[in-house]
This record gives sequence, structure tokens and C-alpha cells, in this order.
Amino acid sequence: MGLDIKIPIGFMFSLLGLLLTVHGIISASNEALYARSMGININLWTGCFMLAIGIILLIFSRLKIFKKRLEENIKKETAD
Amino acid sequence: MESAFNLGWIDYLIMLVYFAFVIGIGWALKKYMKNAVDFLEAGRSLPAWVTGLAFISANLGALEVIGMAASGAKYGMATVHFYWIGAIPAMVFLAIFMMPFYYGSKARSVPEYLKLRFDEKTRGFNAFSFAIMTVLSSGISMYAMALLAQTLLPFHFEFGPFSEFDFYLVFAAVIVLVYTYLGGLTSAIYNEVLQFFLIVIGFSPLVILGLVRIGGWEGLKEQLEVVSLAHGFEKDAFISTWKYAGSPEANPLGVEWFGVIMGLGFVLSFGYWCTNFLVVQRAMAAGSMAAARKTPLIGAIPKMLLPVLVIVPGMIAIALSYMPESGFTLPTKEGSDVLNYDMAIPVMLKTYFPTGVLGLGVTALLASFMSGMAGNVSAFNTVFTYDIYQSYIRPDKPDRHYFRVGQLTTVFGVLVSILAAYVAKMFNNVMDFLQLIFAFINAPLFATFLLGMFWKRATGHGAFYALIGGTLGAAVHHGLTAPAGADSMVKGGWLVGGIDHVLKIYPSEMAQNFWTAIYAFGICLVLTIIISLSTKQLKTEGQLKGLVYSLTPKYREEGLAWYRKPEFLAIIVLAIALVFSILFW
Repeated sequence: MGLDIKIPIGFMFSLLGLLLTVHGIISASNEALYARSMGININLWTGCFMLAIGIILLIFSRLKIFKKRLEENIKKETAD
Repeated sequence: MESAFNLGWIDYLIMLVYFAFVIGIGWALKKYMKNAVDFLEAGRSLPAWVTGLAFISANLGALEVIGMAASGAKYGMATVHFYWIGAIPAMVFLAIFMMPFYYGSKARSVPEYLKLRFDEKTRGFNAFSFAIMTVLSSGISMYAMALLAQTLLPFHFEFGPFSEFDFYLVFAAVIVLVYTYLGGLTSAIYNEVLQFFLIVIGFSPLVILGLVRIGGWEGLKEQLEVVSLAHGFEKDAFISTWKYAGSPEANPLGVEWFGVIMGLGFVLSFGYWCTNFLVVQRAMAAGSMAAARKTPLIGAIPKMLLPVLVIVPGMIAIALSYMPESGFTLPTKEGSDVLNYDMAIPVMLKTYFPTGVLGLGVTALLASFMSGMAGNVSAFNTVFTYDIYQSYIRPDKPDRHYFRVGQLTTVFGVLVSILAAYVAKMFNNVMDFLQLIFAFINAPLFATFLLGMFWKRATGHGAFYALIGGTLGAAVHHGLTAPAGADSMVKGGWLVGGIDHVLKIYPSEMAQNFWTAIYAFGICLVLTIIISLSTKQLKTEGQLKGLVYSLTPKYREEGLAWYRKPEFLAIIVLAIALVFSILFW
């Protein structure tokens, strides 16, 4: 299939990760909010983790494109 | 108890982003949909890791997630039987022994395999029952989603005869319709992969926070001892898997080891994972035979770890409920003092997630509802178009025609699902009854495939009449037995007029289910052999080539290093499952 699923998931996770991270930083001093998560800034942690997954997926999707291009170039060269 | 979530703008934003991407994926896939194979079989072109994740995700609908957490709360650690013994061996068997026939034959669906291997009537029976069952499951999923959304989301409005319930239902149906209509099976599979990632990222914080609250894994074990004792078991019964499987009375499941291994681990599990087109279709969408065979094996690895995300939250929820100082309690069912285990996940989300991750958790739940529906709709599409429309209504049309029919079937499937959702809403009993019927139809199915694939003498008449026999056998067994405390005929004993007259009372509903399956399988196996031996094999050996083990040249992956072969991966998977079972004995 022409669409690499890593790209949309990578973008979505990067976006949501960023959103949660920023939300976590802004709300860091809001003790009432984090009382339910026992003082853990779970938004910040989850956001960072999600952002990391998103970026890794995007890097992987790029790597694959590189690999494909490389293979195609090699094919062209050998064909010539 | 006020159960609605306290959602902030960021939570809605997260949900919105999810909906936007789901539609976007469908939209981006639209231009690759050029013919029926693209639309109904994902062009048979997907990489193994994608089909592998979709393979387990298709089974990880929200009803499964909520149900497994509920079982975790109700039965404790023994719930992992549904994963380690109840899925892994079957997935390995599918990959190593059955996939070569599914993928290697020209069959485009599981019912079509039955036609090639046996005959038209066996295919018809399987195709029609599967088609009805998938639409029904999709409808039940929709109904459950709307119901849960109604409980959890803070909106309440009425518009003529309609309320927010109808809005949620139609909204979810429209989203599923749009992305499945645009991108077909590929869209459904891609959204299953997305859902898998969302479940992992959305539920991990829940498990972490829950464990922090209760004092880590050790704290959980300690607290579950209290729960075990309160239920009248040995103190480590809730944290054991096999230790108390010696007798049904000693473990919370109420099933002994033989019932677990034969009923769940063999008959039900192999029947589901190896013959249910919903999951098998994911593997058949892979780009090559090697990828198709690796699909269940790649799926098996996260599958073994999923209990951490879906069962442990339930265990934490029940442990906290027995810890007065935690202030956490599972709600009781309306009008009774029985705990409503199904609320384990929602109440945990509500209690421990601040806005932000709360939106993520709700989105993960939403995603699993929607991909559960889309999975069923996409499987329904393929079976309806190929096995019903092309076979019985309009054969011999150009490919373009079936592509169009596939698209229209999506609309039809979603509409019927909505209808099924309302039937479920109005007549809960009807749905219980229908699901029971389908359980009877599914129970003997694996015997047919097993003999079909590994015994060339099995005939079409043998397969068909034994399937009917096995189904009737399941129904009769169910009618003659009952689980302890059965309060209605849907639970059993309907042949003899209620629980007071049954031949056997099982300690739990689960035990009764497992044994129904065991009997159905046994009857179907024996009947297939007897009828096959007394009828003529109408298929020639040439026709059975590629469909039966002994007539198919052994498939070899050329040019793959030994450590990349499916067989090697299979051994690793089984070894890990074994180690887990021993570690958590």
C-alpha cells in the first residue's frame, strides 16, 4: 500500500505528545489537578514519552524511504 | 454515584485530533483504492508488523478491553489464561500449519477456503453465519459505546425522541463508515495499528498510577490476598494462574486444568484464532507468504504482554476496593449489591487521571470501540461481496462491479449495525440469545478445518452435516446443563425446564462454556470422520492440491536466514509464553 502507516501515527503522536507536554509544563504548579495522580505530573511524563514514540516513528519512516531510494538507485545503476 | 468524567478543553482537543487523523488516513488511502483486491484484501501488500499488530488489535475491541479488566477484577491473575494458553498456541499453529493453506490457496476468505476444500453448502453455512455474526458484533459494540459515552460524557440533551445516546451512536457509525468507505480493509487495518499504539500509551499511565497508589507489585499481591480470603479461597488464589487449577472449587475461575486446556486452550482458542475470518483476514492481507505466516507470530509478542495493560488494571481496581483507606470502590450494579466489574476501567480512569491524560485514555477507549466496529465491517464486506454476492447473487461481473459492491456493502453493513444496536438496546435478551446461537455455530468449527487441512479423505457432506451435528450437540449440552445460580433459560437447562432438572451443574458459566465447546468439537470430529468414510470424495487429488497437508508441496522460505524463519520465531514465542506461565504459576 502506498501510504506508510508510520507517517500518520508519527505525526499524530508527535502532535498529541507536544500538546500533553506543554499542558504538563503549564499546569505543573497546579497541585489540585495532580492530587488525583498522587502528585505525579503524569501529563508531562506521558507527553514526553508520546512525543518520543512519534519522533521515532517519523525517523523510521524516513529511514525506509532512504532505503527504498537507495535500492532504486542501485537497481537503476545495475540496469544501466 | 455521579460517574461522568470531568473533562477539560484539552481532553476534547485530543479526541478531535484523533477523529481528524482517522478520517485523514481514510482520505489519504482513497487514491490507492483502484479495484476490489485493493479494497477488500488490502491489495495483499502490507508488511508483517502492520498485519501483526492489526491481527491482535482486531480482537482488542473496547468490549474486550473492558471485559478483560472486569475478569481481572472478578477472577484475578487466572484471567491471563485467555492470553497465554488461550491465544498463543493457536496463533503459532495458525502461522506454522494453517497459513500456507489460507494464503497459498487462491481463497480470498475463510468461507471460500471451505468451498475449495469441501463444497458449496459448507461455504454457504459458514459465510451466512459469519456475515450475520459480524454485523451483530459491530452493532453490539456500537450500542455499548453509546451507552458508555452516555455515562461518562457530561452532555445530556433531548431533541424530539432522540437523546445524546442516539447522537453518539450515529456519530461513531458515521466516522467508521467514512474511513472504511474511503480506504476499505487497509483503512480498517491502519486504524487497528493506530488503536494499538493508543491503547499502549493511554493505559500504561493508568497501570503505573494504580501500582503507585497500591504500593507497587508487592503491594498489589498483598492486597489481593485480602480479596482471595474474602472470596473464600487460599490467600494466593487471586495471584496464581495454574496453582489451584487442580479442582474447580479452589480457583476463582471455577474451572479445572482440563477444562482450561481443552476447552479454552484448544477448542475455543483454535476455533477463534485459526478460523475466524475477522483475524485471519489480517494475515491474508500481508504482502508475501512469509509475511502472512509471520503475522500471528509478530502479533503474539505484544499479545503476551497485553495482560499488563488490560488485566492488571482490573486486579488493581478490586484490590483497592478491599482497601478502605484508598477511598476507591467499584460501583454496584443497579438494584443489587453485586459489584459492577465492567466499570473497573472507567472508574480507574476517572479516579486517577487528571485532564490531559484523561482525554488520552478516553480516546484510547473510543479508538478501540471504533476499530472494533470497522474490523467487523471490513470482514463483513469481504465475505458478503465474495461469498454471498458474487457466489449467489451476481457472478461473473467485471472487477469494477465488485469493487463498487464492496463500497456499497460498507454502507449497508454500517446501517444494519445501527439497526442491530437498537435491537440490542430494546431487547437485551434477544442479543444474548443470538450470541448464544453463534457460540453454538462456532464451537465445532475447528474440527472441520483440522480434518479438512490434514485429512484428505474428509468430504463435503462429512464437513457440512458434522458442522450441523456439532452445533446441535452444543445446543443440547447447553440445554441439559446449567451453571450454578443460573437465573434464566438463556444460561442453560432449557431442554429440561430449568436448573432444577439439569443433568449437571457447573461451578461457573465459564466452565459450562468450555465444556459445551469440548462436546461440540468432539461430536463434529467424530461425525466428520464417520460421514466422510461413508460418502464419496467428490474432489480429485488435483483439486485438493494446496488445500490439504499431504497433497501440498512443503512450503519453504527461500533465502531466509534460519533466525528469520517463522519456525524459529514460533519457538521463541512458545518459550516466552512457557516462561511467563511458570513465573506466574
